[in-house]
Amino acid sequence: MTKAMGRIGVFICHCGTNIAGTVDVEKLAENLRSYPGVVHSVDYTYLCSEPGQSLIKEAIAGKGLDGVVVAACSPSLHEATFRRASEEAGLNPYRCEIANIREQCSWVHEDKAEATHKAERIIQAVVEKVRLDEPLTPLKVPLTRRALVIGGGIAGIQAALDIANSGYEVVLVERGPSIGGRMAQLSETFPTLDCSQCILTPKMVEVGRHPNIELLTYSAVLEALGYVGNFKVKILKKPRYVIVEKCTACGKCTKVCPVVVPNEFDRGLSCRHAIDIPFPQAVPTAYYLDEESCLGLFPLVCDKCARACDAGAIDYDMQPEVVECEVGAIVVATGYELYPVEQTGSLGWGKHADVVDGLEFERMLSASGPTGGEMRRPSDGKVPKEVVFIQCVGSRDPEGGLPYCSKICCMYTAKHAMLYKHKVPDGQAYVFYMDIRAGGKGYEEFVQRAIEEDGVLYLRGRVSRVFQEDNKVIVWGVDTLSGKEIEIAADLVVLATAMVPSQGAMDLARKLRIATDEYGFYSEAHPKLRPVESLTAGIYLAGAAQAPKDIPEAVAQAGGAASKVVSLFSAEELLQEPITATIDEERCSGCGICVPVCPYQALGLDLREGRVKVTEALCQGCGACVVSCPSGAVQQRNFTDKQVLAMLTAGLGMEG
Amino acid sequence: MRIAYFPGCTLSTKAKGFNDSARDSAKALGLELVDLEQWNCCGATFPLLTDNMLDLTGPARVLISGRQQGGRLVTACTICYNVLRRTNRVIRENEDGREKLNLFLEAEYKGDLEVLDLLQVLRDEVGFDKIWEAVKRPLDGLKVAAYYGCMVLRPPKEVAYEEDPENPCALDDLLAALGAEPVNYPYKGECCGAYLIVKSPQVAGELSYTILDSAQRNGAQLVVTNCPLCQFNLDRQQGLMGQRHAGFQPIPILYFTQLLGIALGLDSGDYGFEKHYIDPCSLLASRNLIAI
Repeated sequence: MTKAMGRIGVFICHCGTNIAGTVDVEKLAENLRSYPGVVHSVDYTYLCSEPGQSLIKEAIAGKGLDGVVVAACSPSLHEATFRRASEEAGLNPYRCEIANIREQCSWVHEDKAEATHKAERIIQAVVEKVRLDEPLTPLKVPLTRRALVIGGGIAGIQAALDIANSGYEVVLVERGPSIGGRMAQLSETFPTLDCSQCILTPKMVEVGRHPNIELLTYSAVLEALGYVGNFKVKILKKPRYVIVEKCTACGKCTKVCPVVVPNEFDRGLSCRHAIDIPFPQAVPTAYYLDEESCLGLFPLVCDKCARACDAGAIDYDMQPEVVECEVGAIVVATGYELYPVEQTGSLGWGKHADVVDGLEFERMLSASGPTGGEMRRPSDGKVPKEVVFIQCVGSRDPEGGLPYCSKICCMYTAKHAMLYKHKVPDGQAYVFYMDIRAGGKGYEEFVQRAIEEDGVLYLRGRVSRVFQEDNKVIVWGVDTLSGKEIEIAADLVVLATAMVPSQGAMDLARKLRIATDEYGFYSEAHPKLRPVESLTAGIYLAGAAQAPKDIPEAVAQAGGAASKVVSLFSAEELLQEPITATIDEERCSGCGICVPVCPYQALGLDLREGRVKVTEALCQGCGACVVSCPSGAVQQRNFTDKQVLAMLTAGLGMEG
Repeated sequence: MRIAYFPGCTLSTKAKGFNDSARDSAKALGLELVDLEQWNCCGATFPLLTDNMLDLTGPARVLISGRQQGGRLVTACTICYNVLRRTNRVIRENEDGREKLNLFLEAEYKGDLEVLDLLQVLRDEVGFDKIWEAVKRPLDGLKVAAYYGCMVLRPPKEVAYEEDPENPCALDDLLAALGAEPVNYPYKGECCGAYLIVKSPQVAGELSYTILDSAQRNGAQLVVTNCPLCQFNLDRQQGLMGQRHAGFQPIPILYFTQLLGIALGLDSGDYGFEKHYIDPCSLLASRNLIAI
């Protein structure tokens, strides 16, 4: 064997019976011994194990190997493992390659002879690649140790606090005028019946005061370019028309505002003025002027609020501002919305004032809500004595709604029924359910409390129709355990509607270039083992934006996302894969075709020199530019045209 | 406009009034219903009970006959409509079944006949605006409850031509076009009891009673329907309803085409009012809609 052929070692893994069951691994090892350049060829049961890795390391040292091919499972699982082992044995890790003979061979074929033959071709192809691999060194790229958190609900708040408390700067962007999210709208939380705002506001205040957190409310992310460690983000700060630092939240402005519109915080159950504060404990503690409902700002129609303001905090000339910032990591925590009642067909149609959804009922229960916490029904203000709660509205319904379970409804319905009974002890609460999902800590006991202590009547069955008759809401359901049809003349009906991602989640996903599932929930990198990372490096997920979940889970996930960010930032330097693009100066004619093809803007045309140059730190090794170059001037390190052709020749069994 | 028409058995016999008034009023609106040359019983929902293709030969034969006469077939009886629509779908989607039926019936039918309900055609092709203009005897605010039955509403994906089958409005809109005041009540699409009238008349009677009671409590003076079995149930059981529910007031049940004919100024002498169990004539006469 000539030196140019190399001294390559081939290690074939049985992977138990995953590979060995369909591929004749011993025969492969034997056949490859005589392949040009291969000086060592063995098979072993589990190469990823300690003894397996030792086998490779000993061979590298003992046989003076200058290249290693591990024929095993997908590189996405153990490429790093074997490269590390090779490096420890003194071999450049980029001269260690994986031949996938499991996912791409043994797992998809049944005929042993054919599978073995195919595996041999795959390994031969990878041997050809390794032969021509350059010994590369990972690039060190700059890392901006600042995080962006999108969404100011409990998940975003928790993530921001955890990152900030670790000593790193955080920019927290929230599109509403205050942070707090859905939790601020809740009355009490299960299973402790803690007042929601009482446990939330200390965290909100902490965020507002934190020296490491820059809070941008009434703002939205416009653009996020770049990649892990180096994101360039543009944020639009919408004009509040109120100077936050000057506003004392005294409320004089809102008293003189002539405009009355539905209050979104109260889900339309009450009204607000054009200048408003969403709730008294808002952070930042400042009012905001809603441009859309204001009588007019350009030209100015009314200036009552400015005249009423003693602090001079109102500024009608405020302009939208675009802020640019550089961050190294992004946490997406944009939360949830509820499936619209209007789409629930025969269940009340949004036409009936006395058919409400879960969040509306929360506002009705809340001491800061439209009725000051008194239980009154929306149509006539009477105290409802018969209240029907319907679970699984729009959830678990592949035909008419969404197929998934929204997770929190069984618990909050029990909570709603209990709180109703506490307020109206002589009232009757009914819950129509299919199943009760109360898996969290203390959850099952909570539901039992509703049944045993508060006398809530649980009916196992679905509801077919809800309609108005005189001043009652008639509910037709069934109790499958007794086999009887049930008709209830209710005063109020509460629908536990499905949880869906917040409005605009899909648009944001497009801007950030992260994946969502078909419902708009952001996709995690792995459903079991990587729940807080998106598939895009440097972007992490927290809260209900990723999947329906309750508050403890959102908080835990936020902490998890924060720890990923902190571990990214705590690395001394950020290493980048060196499989980057290179330009052959002599071949490059400066046509510039490759420049717009690059999704990372890593290529630039140097007009003075008349050729294209690569900014290695931005290159992600996707290879798009290589394909676009008409003269072959652009090549990708360790994926050169020469290598690819050699792999094809070997893989197809052609003569060289 | 001419369109192939399938009367079905019941409309040719017990519910002749429905057939005659349908033909009559359609003609007055420029829609000529041309009887199929060859037809047989649709099977009245029973062919759809099992997966046995042999049971579908009846309605399939009707579809084949309809196809020979053109691309569209309309029917007034909603049970026929339901069976024919659903049989059509089986023929289109079940390759095996299609082959079997075509072999047996010696035909080459692909399932491409368009099956329509008369009310649907009146809504979409004649147009309720046109009907409003053609009305000679407006119903003058008569409070009428539209009863849809199930056959044009369920299963929604296969047969419904309403935007929201849970809350249908085609018949109500027609009534409004005739000058009546359609009554909104929650039981307009709930089952009348259908064939239970044969086996458990009490159950069917209760179901029918609930419908009429709801309609009346919402102010209905008259009920119209589109199905001969519904008409039979709602009409005939009223005697028993009166016995079992104190204070029950009888209410006439008409086919919507009978009311349509009257509103269009046609002679309703052949509409079979004398066959109804609850006499509609006194109400209609009192509103000057017919002459006694």
